[in-house]
Amino acid sequence: MAFSPIRFKQQFHRFRLRRGPRFSNNPSHKGVNVAQTGRNSTEGYGLIAPALGVMALGLAAPLALLLLTSLKSQSGLGFAQGWTLAQYAAVLGRASYRILFLRSLLISGAVTILTVALAYPVAYFVAFHARRKFVWLVALTIPFWTSYLLRVFAWKIILGFNGLINSGLMRLHLIHEPLSFLLYNPFAVVVTLAHAWAAFAILPIYVSLEKIDRSLLEAASDLGDGALRRFLRITLPLSMPGVIGAAILIFVPTTGDYVTPELVGGPKGAMIANLIEVQFVGAGNWPLGAALSLMGMAMVAVIAGLFVAAARAGAKEIR
Amino acid sequence: MKSLRLYALAYLAFLYAPVLVLPVFSFNNSEFIAFPLSGFTIRWYQGLAADTAMQHALGNSLKVGLATALLSTMLGLAAARAVTRYRLKGAGVALGFISLPLFIPDIVLALSLMLLLGAGGLPLSLAAVVLGHLLICVPFALTVLIARFEGFDRNLEEASADLGEDPWMTFWRVTFPLMLPGIVASLLLTFITSFDEFLLAFFLSGTEATLPVYIWGQLRFPERLPMVLALGALILTASVVLVILAEHVRNLGAQKTTVGA
Repeated sequence: MAFSPIRFKQQFHRFRLRRGPRFSNNPSHKGVNVAQTGRNSTEGYGLIAPALGVMALGLAAPLALLLLTSLKSQSGLGFAQGWTLAQYAAVLGRASYRILFLRSLLISGAVTILTVALAYPVAYFVAFHARRKFVWLVALTIPFWTSYLLRVFAWKIILGFNGLINSGLMRLHLIHEPLSFLLYNPFAVVVTLAHAWAAFAILPIYVSLEKIDRSLLEAASDLGDGALRRFLRITLPLSMPGVIGAAILIFVPTTGDYVTPELVGGPKGAMIANLIEVQFVGAGNWPLGAALSLMGMAMVAVIAGLFVAAARAGAKEIR
Repeated sequence: MKSLRLYALAYLAFLYAPVLVLPVFSFNNSEFIAFPLSGFTIRWYQGLAADTAMQHALGNSLKVGLATALLSTMLGLAAARAVTRYRLKGAGVALGFISLPLFIPDIVLALSLMLLLGAGGLPLSLAAVVLGHLLICVPFALTVLIARFEGFDRNLEEASADLGEDPWMTFWRVTFPLMLPGIVASLLLTFITSFDEFLLAFFLSGTEATLPVYIWGQLRFPERLPMVLALGALILTASVVLVILAEHVRNLGAQKTTVGA
């Protein structure tokens, strides 16, 4: 069989996937030339130092300060003397905070599942059945080139009491008074976020489906698998990296989203970020706000880590 | 596969419906954003043209966006070169550290930067916004640029060196032209990210509002909404044009590389 560059590219990609993270600097598969590896690496450290410096200044120092702040307690406009774990006790001890944390997780969990489930068939269609893939990809991403704020706000206009759905339905005489259950609740937050983050599901899933070696699908069919069985045994497992990537890309930022719950959530749809903002700006209790921030981050990190571990274990099982 | 196609079209409708609210109601001759539509007008766009506060905010956003795009692409270029061309101990850890902001909620980044500025006695300013935006833009730039560095044949650089060019000229005559599509993509991605970013700017900009911060302020006033929608429609149009242009440039770059290689 003639050498196929496309096939080669696919195999190369699979090879890279198996080799672990994209950012691996393992020289063995980068073909780093001996002359270069022998070169003094001071130059290399010099090149990466500015980026690290910016991150140290803009990320590490502020986070360290956040940690220190969380170990203080507010006293008037300043902090009380001495260090304390009181803020963490307060976060853990108050039922209203626990509810807010739990709600944030449930909302972004629902958003993640909904967005991935809705986007998967679309990505599948574009990867396997669309004739003009590029046109589809552009069409699917154009809505994301508007301002995030306005995309979220558009949902407030659509779902509102005097909004488009209500005014449209009343105009059509389908309802006689506006529906009030559309806006200012967790449902509105989930719908809005599922819309706002759709591209982050479509693109990774599309990429992983596109990478699947088509001859594997042929082989499954030749060996007697029906369409569904073939999908479950070949396509779905091989597209899992995209699904997992999409889930993380959506779950992590939506848990900490501020704008959406603020605009369409109402009191019933408020999330952690809104509580943090209230502590810092409204209540002026910086230590409590700092403790809430750190606990929120820790919670998201733990859950995302567990999810990735579970997904990896699951993927191994299938193979 | 007809049903799949229908589903994909329905999904497109779901994606477009909220976005189309902006242009449709920006031409609607009513302060109320509701059905039925009540005639065509361009007065909201005329209102925008006269709105100096909006234009000032737009200027601020352009400044912050350009500074962020240039700085994050330069930082990303150096760091991407370091990890793809040198054998560095701890490069994985360094990359993890640089990508960390993507896993931290924006509100935490914003408030902890605010704490730092407070502790250092520094004022809130557009410079602070740029620092905040660098946190989220450098990881993007780095991802794009590493992919590009890995994509071209490093023997070309070796050849240039063997033929007697010094490293600086090798960079300008070989590396830079080959990297150009990646650099353009990185500039564009980081500019748009910065231009659209709200939360960091909201907490760090102080009195100098950027465009999203200005928009946020306008959302409270129902009578200003149609103008905000007009602004959103303009941003959408400009972004689409920019993306198509960038795609065009990228294609040109891709062709050139193939011919050159």
